[in-house]
Amino acid sequence: MRKAELVMAAVMGLFSVYLMWKSAELPIGWIPEEGPGGGAFPFWLSAGMLVCCIWIIVRWFGRAGTVAASTGQYMDSATLRMFLLVAGSLTVMIGLIHIVGVYVSIPLFMLFYMRYMGGHRWLPTGVISVATPVVAFFFFEISLKITLPKGFTEPLFYPLYDIFL
Amino acid sequence: MEILDHLIQGFAIAFQPLNLGLVIFGCALGLFIGAMPGLGSVNGVAILLPMTFLVPPTGAIIFLAAIYYGAMYGGAISSIMLGIPGASTAVATTFDGRPMALQGLADKALITAATASFVGGTISVILFTLFAPPLAAVALAFGAAEEFALMMLAFATFIGLGGDDIPKTLFSIFIGLVFSAVGLDIISGQPRLIFADIPGFLHGINFLVLAIGIYGIGEMLWTIESSKGDVQISQATVTVRRIIDDLRTFKHTIKATVMGSFLGYFVGILPAAGATPGSLMAYGVAKTISKHPESFGKGNPEGVAAPEAANNAASTGSMLPMLTLGIPGSPTTAILLGGMVIWGLEPGPMLFIEHQEFVWGLIASLYVANVFSLLINVAFIPAFIWVLRLPFTILAPIIFVLCIVGGYAPTQDMHDVWLILIFGVVGYLMRKLEYPLAPAVLAIVLGPLAETSMRQALLISNGSFMVFFERPISGPIMVTAMVLFLLPVFAWMKGKLRSRPAPPGEEQ
Repeated sequence: MRKAELVMAAVMGLFSVYLMWKSAELPIGWIPEEGPGGGAFPFWLSAGMLVCCIWIIVRWFGRAGTVAASTGQYMDSATLRMFLLVAGSLTVMIGLIHIVGVYVSIPLFMLFYMRYMGGHRWLPTGVISVATPVVAFFFFEISLKITLPKGFTEPLFYPLYDIFL
Repeated sequence: MEILDHLIQGFAIAFQPLNLGLVIFGCALGLFIGAMPGLGSVNGVAILLPMTFLVPPTGAIIFLAAIYYGAMYGGAISSIMLGIPGASTAVATTFDGRPMALQGLADKALITAATASFVGGTISVILFTLFAPPLAAVALAFGAAEEFALMMLAFATFIGLGGDDIPKTLFSIFIGLVFSAVGLDIISGQPRLIFADIPGFLHGINFLVLAIGIYGIGEMLWTIESSKGDVQISQATVTVRRIIDDLRTFKHTIKATVMGSFLGYFVGILPAAGATPGSLMAYGVAKTISKHPESFGKGNPEGVAAPEAANNAASTGSMLPMLTLGIPGSPTTAILLGGMVIWGLEPGPMLFIEHQEFVWGLIASLYVANVFSLLINVAFIPAFIWVLRLPFTILAPIIFVLCIVGGYAPTQDMHDVWLILIFGVVGYLMRKLEYPLAPAVLAIVLGPLAETSMRQALLISNGSFMVFFERPISGPIMVTAMVLFLLPVFAWMKGKLRSRPAPPGEEQ
């Protein structure tokens, strides 16, 4: 817990410095007749973030605050494994959307999640994995006219467009 | 009775077939969402907001408000049946609801919760109807300085009343505001904070991206971690006869219910407080004023009625500042407010003049939603208990997919989907370290407004910050905000003074 607290505060502190530097690309001072420059608002807020991070780090040394004083573990191995599996499979799913589109990537993700992570039978797994993208198609593409990304599978949908759109 | 006329017009809108259908569907969905452990109104509203583009804005907000309402009713179901709060707003309901369920009185606890919610909802909607128009009329006179002062007050409540770690709360507010500044500078039009020159940042970071990240992906990661163990579902015997008996004994809890309704409503108006502390406070007060305080925690129905009335009343209360002032009273209303901006409605007092049908349609639909939530809740208790048996490994992937597709829909940019994932994962990691995240969501919604009003006010005053303190309305608001910001400092000094006489070694 303590290590995680310090790492998070340090990373966020660095991020605030980056934000300050990035805000300073625009004028951060007072522009006559125009008021504060475009960068002023985010610049001073990022400075505030930095102060908070320093505050958290200073307290960390004094073991003040519930997290800094706790001796518990940030993530045990079972939690870490679960977290990596879920976050990893989500990353792979979103990555795959760019290549094969949502209508391949979503069923794959659901199959993996329900079958491998949940240990459910093939029947419910299969039905839900197929039904979800079908519902999504009718809801988004047909009702809302929002085209979801399809990657290289796009041509396969031309006949469907002809029927429904 | 001008209010009555408006209300009747509102009912005419709420009873249009489409809107009525949306209310009923929204209530049922909200009950379902509320009953699911881990999911509450804020998650439901964040994840489902993109789906509402299908209907006109009035229908959309009616639907989302119905979800909000239903979820407040539904939260009690898992608190009572599983002993796990369905949402943080229903934490206090577990204290007595769970013991009642273990004594075989689950049906009584559920009915008490539903009726108390109904009373809480009704009282608060009436209060809302009476308070909203005059408040909006006052707010019409507000200028940039007052607007900014109100936002400062909203943020100050998180520091003074939120009860979370101070530097972490402040950090959360700041990062939300900085993210709201990404994109094009509103005044000069120059690109600003375009990280790594990725073009996706040019359209800014949509509040929905942060909200879905935190309340969708982040919340699911959190729930997956915290729901690892096995849970025991209580048995509930539900028959018409028992329901009627349970309804008859409701009069014993009426005092606690009415007290909880008023308390919840006023606590709900405050941005940082809202339904969770409102219901906890109501529980505390109910225990104090009860004739049998010793039976609290052992299955006293008053301990179920008070927090349930309070959390429903608070959800209505939090809509008051959102509609009249444009300052959301809770994370859920922050998301509703952001939704209104997407639908092209400018939140704030002008709504009551320019979009009367929207405002009064919404208010009337709150009355309707309240009735339907009660009916659906009582009629389908067995169905909602069945919901609790749904394995999480089936629900989780569906919700993840909803988050991803729903996050893509508003801007149709994969860039936003990646951001949702990053916000979800980082938000989860930060939440584990007790960083409060609701202030960030509120901040990203209010950010553009806060910046514009601050820059306008400063431009008028030629750079003097005194403008916020000198004007008759913004002055007192700013001072109140400052006091709230400094409240923890006072508490800290008081603690120091008190601990001084204590011998060394005994200090905390």
